[in-house]
Amino acid sequence: MGREVSESCVDSLVIEMVSAYCNRFYASKPELAAPRIEAIGYQVGHQLSERYTIERPRFSDHLEAIKFICKDFWSELFKKQIDNLKTNHRGTFVLQDNRFRWLTRVSIDPSPANTDLSQEPSLATDESKTAQATSMHLYFPCGIIRGALSNLGIPCAVSADISNLPACSFVVRIKA
Amino acid sequence: MAPLAPRSGDPIVANVERVNAELFTLTYGAIVRQLLTDLEEVEEVNKQLDQMGYNIGIRLIDEFLAKSGVSSCVDFKETAEVIAKVGFKTFLGVTASVTNWDADGTSCSLVLEENPLVDFVELPDTCQGLYYCNILSGVIRGALEIVSMKTEVTWVRDMLRGDDAYELRVKLLKQVPEEYPYKNDE
Repeated sequence: MGREVSESCVDSLVIEMVSAYCNRFYASKPELAAPRIEAIGYQVGHQLSERYTIERPRFSDHLEAIKFICKDFWSELFKKQIDNLKTNHRGTFVLQDNRFRWLTRVSIDPSPANTDLSQEPSLATDESKTAQATSMHLYFPCGIIRGALSNLGIPCAVSADISNLPACSFVVRIKA
Repeated sequence: MAPLAPRSGDPIVANVERVNAELFTLTYGAIVRQLLTDLEEVEEVNKQLDQMGYNIGIRLIDEFLAKSGVSSCVDFKETAEVIAKVGFKTFLGVTASVTNWDADGTSCSLVLEENPLVDFVELPDTCQGLYYCNILSGVIRGALEIVSMKTEVTWVRDMLRGDDAYELRVKLLKQVPEEYPYKNDE
C-alpha cells in the first residue's frame, strides 16, 4: 500500500497526453481535443473520489462535498489544500489554489516535430501559444474536479481561471 | 574518472519528488481508455502509446542523468543494469531484473514483477492485441536514443495477457560513438 512514483512520471504523462491530443490527433481542431482531455480528467477524478470516500458516510450537503475536495482530496493530489474557497450561495463555488502545482510545468514546446508544415504560418505570438497550451492543460484538472463531484452525486461544470497568476481558480457551477 | 557502478537506487529516490502512485495508475488507465475510444483500432493505440513513451523518454533521460549521478556506462550490459535497478526505481519505484543475454551482449530481457501502470487493471475481451504498457517500450527506446543507442524494444511477456511477468526484450541496434566537433592535430 502507499506505492509511490516520481512526480515527473505523472507530469510527463499528462503533458504528453495533452500534446498528443492537441498537436497530433486534433491538430487543426483544438475544440475536439479539449473535451477529450477533460474526459480523461473526469475518469480519474471519479475513480479517485470513489477510493477516497469508500469508508465515509455521504456528505450532508454540497458545501461539505466541496470542502472535501478543497481539503482531503486536494491534499492527496497536490500535498496541499485549496487556499481559498468562495461561494455565491447559489450553486457557484470558486476554489483558489495560490500556487497550483501543475501550472508550473507548462511551457511552450518549441520542438519542430510538433509543427504542422502544411498549415499556414500561425500569427499566434509566443504568449498566446503559452496561454493556449496552459488552457488545454487545465482541462485535465477541471475534469478531475468534475469527475470527483459527479461521484459524490453532484453534477456540475468546472472551468479554470488564470487571470490572477500564479494563483489558479477553479470555478464550479453546480447544475440544478 | 571511472564510471560509477550501478547503485541500488535508494539515495537517488530521495532526490526526486514522489507522489501517490494511484494518480499515475488511474491517469494512465484513463488515457488508454480514451485512446481506445478515439483511435478505435488496438494497433493504432499500441503505436500511439509507444510514440508517447518515446516523447517522454527523450526528456526523462535528462532528469535521470541529472538526479542519479550515473556517469557514462561502459557497455550495454551496464546500461541495462542501470535501467533496471536505478531507472525503474527512480521513476516507478520498482526494480526490474536483467536476464537472457544473447551471446554478443547486445540483447537482453528486462523483467518486471511489479508494475504500477497495471494496478487494478483488467483487460476486457474487446482489447485483444493491446499492449497496455506499451508506453514503457517507447520510454526506454527514447531515453537510450538520447545517449546514442538505437534500440528495438518489444514485449515478450505481459501479465495482462495471461503471462506470469512483464518482460521487455531490449536489443541494441546501433551505438553511435560520441563525436567531437574538431579533431586534435597530432
